[in-house]
Amino acid sequence: MEKFTKITAIALPLDRANVDTDAIIPKQFLKSIKRSGFGPNLFDEWRYLDQGEPGMDNSKRPVNTDFVLNQPRYAGAEILLARDNFGCGSSREHAPWALEDFGIRVIIAPGFADIFYNNCFKNGLLPIILPEETVEHLFNVVEANEGFQLTVDLEQQKIISVQSSAVDINIDFELDKFRRQCLLEGLDEIGLTLEHADEIRQYEARKKDITPWLFQD
Amino acid sequence: MGARTLYDKLWDSHVVRENDDGTSLLYIDRQLIHEVTSPQAFEGLRIANRTPWNLSANLATPDHNVPTNNREQGIIDPIARLQVETLNNNCDYYHITEFKMDDIRQGIVHVISPEQGATLPGMTLVCGDSHTSTHGAFGTLAFGIGTSEVEHVLVTQCLIQKKSKNMLVQVNGQLNPGVTAKDIILAIIGEIGTAGGTGYAIEFAGDTIRSFSMEGRMTISNMAIEAGARAGMIAVDTTTIDYVKNRPYSPKAEHWEQAVEYWTGFHSDADAHFDKVISLDAKDIKPQVTWGTSPEMTMAIDEVIPDPADESDPVKQAGMEAALNYMGLTAGTPINEVAVDVVFIGSCTNSRIEDMRAAADVAKGNKVAANVKQALVVPGSGLIKQQAEQEGLDKIFIDAGFEWREPGCSMCLAMNADRLEPQQRCASTSNRNFEGRQGQGGRTHLVSPEMAAAAAIKKGILSILIN
Repeated sequence: MEKFTKITAIALPLDRANVDTDAIIPKQFLKSIKRSGFGPNLFDEWRYLDQGEPGMDNSKRPVNTDFVLNQPRYAGAEILLARDNFGCGSSREHAPWALEDFGIRVIIAPGFADIFYNNCFKNGLLPIILPEETVEHLFNVVEANEGFQLTVDLEQQKIISVQSSAVDINIDFELDKFRRQCLLEGLDEIGLTLEHADEIRQYEARKKDITPWLFQD
Repeated sequence: MGARTLYDKLWDSHVVRENDDGTSLLYIDRQLIHEVTSPQAFEGLRIANRTPWNLSANLATPDHNVPTNNREQGIIDPIARLQVETLNNNCDYYHITEFKMDDIRQGIVHVISPEQGATLPGMTLVCGDSHTSTHGAFGTLAFGIGTSEVEHVLVTQCLIQKKSKNMLVQVNGQLNPGVTAKDIILAIIGEIGTAGGTGYAIEFAGDTIRSFSMEGRMTISNMAIEAGARAGMIAVDTTTIDYVKNRPYSPKAEHWEQAVEYWTGFHSDADAHFDKVISLDAKDIKPQVTWGTSPEMTMAIDEVIPDPADESDPVKQAGMEAALNYMGLTAGTPINEVAVDVVFIGSCTNSRIEDMRAAADVAKGNKVAANVKQALVVPGSGLIKQQAEQEGLDKIFIDAGFEWREPGCSMCLAMNADRLEPQQRCASTSNRNFEGRQGQGGRTHLVSPEMAAAAAIKKGILSILIN
């Protein structure tokens, strides 16, 4: 998995609560058997004016210029500012794949849906939970200052504004020890679990006595 | 050990090891696999040159992409066909049991696993699908996972997990006329909110919940995820045990008594601690219908559509305005004056035999109204379809003008050809009313099978027929 240590980038404000994974990547694109290539269809129904289908040349489709993702001032954004309950609904990992493929590395929100939150860490994406009022402040600052950049430093667990910014930002964030370590080192979780293969076998041996019916073929 | 909740017991009995960082390695007894979230997991396993840990723990079926009619033609859409073929190839290659499209046992994963007895009390069960919470109805710890975790379970039969908090949702009292399990869970989601269960494992309890059959309980657990909780469990009782008896994957005779004794312990202790408790009285719950684009935007059938102006939170207010705009509805309109164009009866929420019977009861002797462009009935599995046909339900539906289809997820998420056109309004027994969920621009009202069938025959009007 790709490591995450520190990035400095423009933040894209998506001012909408309860953004579900159907909105992040609509179902018709889930027919792909690949892990990559979902970026051009991220937020497809909000981003384009026509109905998107797999295999279309997305560069030729009519674009919804009102949608924040299409506004030139946010081009190249790697940080997504979002509202509460981001990523609710379906468990599709295609949602973080689409965000990552588009270029997003950090999502900041007051809250995330559990499955989506978990899926982010498997793909080098850092979801950060901050208090509602802090997120509100970031929305205001980002919207008021074109080209506003933030540095997200996972080692220090800090979000800071770049020098000479119009507004000074310095926010600490919390993250589970295990998830932080996995992102910093780009750890392979399956490999970590396989280090405990003997313990898994011992557990199964105990289980065979307690619940033998689960081991019948 | 002190008093424990059902969730505590399920968790404790599956911990392989506890890590220093607060995570645990949790053993997974069963994994269900479908075509959409598994191809990249199998690919990952091959790239890393790894092999599945325990083949017999897995059960697969295609459901999201399969056509619900003209199956003899196969899957027309080449991209969907490749995805289903990829599942077939992966299962054939690794010798994983799969109920393929032409197998009578094929159906929606969350329907077929309980039907086969592959979902059993006291288990941990996962699937790359958020509605895996369904299986919690069996006193099972069941939750949806992403594709990376599908691969993790395939290879290790474990997941690295952090324990959730405990939430108790109790519903007591007698049901009002026309109120079903679907109405109860919609009312619960309306109460908790779509993020209210985030970070929690829910246990549904109380005499109203207990009074439901396993089918009704599955409808309730199915939508726990719509309240933000990955898992929604119900304690084991005789209803549970009677249901699982004599199914293909259930314990054989020599293990049956041992199994029943083991399962009977899967309930919360009397003085177990819950981090959050929600109590509802069934007498306050009327038949529900959603009006917006989130399952928490639910209302009683005799109410008027809420006004965003009455909401003080600006983010919520904006959400309500966007929802009304998308749904083409006006605040203050009685919901029972709104007419739908399409009716969909199916999905992992409401496609079981009791749902079929309940809808057929309403449809019997009536006709789908001329202004209702399509009324689809999609049973959850081939075996349910067969059972319904033995009971003559298919004839009732067909005579009334409903289409009687082959099993699959169908118009719940519209990955196959069954989908809404832009601005089409649908009374749907599914679980999500998100924008575009049933087709781009489509407008979804989540309802019970009874209310969906009633809408079909009453000029599309959202209402409930009470016998």
